[in-house]
Amino acid sequence: MANFITLSEVTCKFGDNECPFPAPGAGIFEWQPLASFNLFGFTSIEVTKPVILAMLCTVIVSVVFIAAFAKPKLVPTGLQNVVEVGYLFVRDNIAREIMGKDGDRFVPLLTSLFFFVWSMNVMAIIPGAQFPVSSRFAFPVVLALIVWVVYMFLGMKNQGVVGYFKNIAFPPGMPIGIYPLLTPIELLSTLIIRPVTLAIRLFANMFAGHLLITVFTVSAWYLLNLTNFVGFVSVIGYLGSVVSFIVTIVLTGFEMFIQALQAFIFTLLTAVFISSSLHAEH
Amino acid sequence: MMILAEITGSLGSIGYGLAAIGPGVGIGIIFGNGVQAIARQPEAYGVIRQNMILGFALAEALALIGFVAPFVFGA
Repeated sequence: MANFITLSEVTCKFGDNECPFPAPGAGIFEWQPLASFNLFGFTSIEVTKPVILAMLCTVIVSVVFIAAFAKPKLVPTGLQNVVEVGYLFVRDNIAREIMGKDGDRFVPLLTSLFFFVWSMNVMAIIPGAQFPVSSRFAFPVVLALIVWVVYMFLGMKNQGVVGYFKNIAFPPGMPIGIYPLLTPIELLSTLIIRPVTLAIRLFANMFAGHLLITVFTVSAWYLLNLTNFVGFVSVIGYLGSVVSFIVTIVLTGFEMFIQALQAFIFTLLTAVFISSSLHAEH
Repeated sequence: MMILAEITGSLGSIGYGLAAIGPGVGIGIIFGNGVQAIARQPEAYGVIRQNMILGFALAEALALIGFVAPFVFGA
């Protein structure tokens, strides 16, 4: 496994001769395939840990929602009660807040997105999984593409194909002279920058968070040199190790907050994009 | 050619430092003004919070692109 760091691979410790800090890099996000299939003889499908975790997320989210709403009751009990809180959160804080009553149509899409993204992020801190699925770029890219297709389609449906692009390129109510400057910016921003930043935002947040936690976990292990005691240097190492360990725990809590926030932002921006497709700016 | 200064290691860390200046200032302004707005008009908390987080997300994207670029283009 190239570049992949496990704690047992950190053989030498702080204070040993010529033992630099084994800083984790982008390599910790690369997984060896656990299994691979040949599809039609030419495409090979490789199953890695992130893929399995993503499937697990799909199953968990689907099962929870089906179990909660398969036989919905007017007075909810048990699981339905809990899941309804999540559903109402998306409806009231995202859909209705951005789109008003129009938003009710899109609550199913937004709810699925929110809980799928959230579950993919939360995998970062679940013992055994401990890998945020969305820190592999392909997953946010596909989600952003879905969002892109949805808001482009809605825009063309509600404003007409020509009307939609006219409204993007030439927002009404501007002085004529500004259009040469504004049109390219608006076109670029709506067609390309929106989906790209949507994907990069989710990806980079999870990437950075996982890297940060890994750096402090590895350093807590690296600084704790129990086999080769070298006096003052080792004591400094112990202190650093304890500090690193505490920082790891604090960062894990912080990451829990970031994961929920990023899922929220992803869904919020989706709602904003959909809202801008429903009505032309005026 | 005489070398006046030389840097070894990853230039990406310097790039990220530079890329974080703008968004840092921007996010500070967004949340500072957001808190001020909430203090002046607590009943508009919902709307202000939505727009605050929206602006934060847009500004933050710039810093994150700076963070990812060294990994993507190799350091």
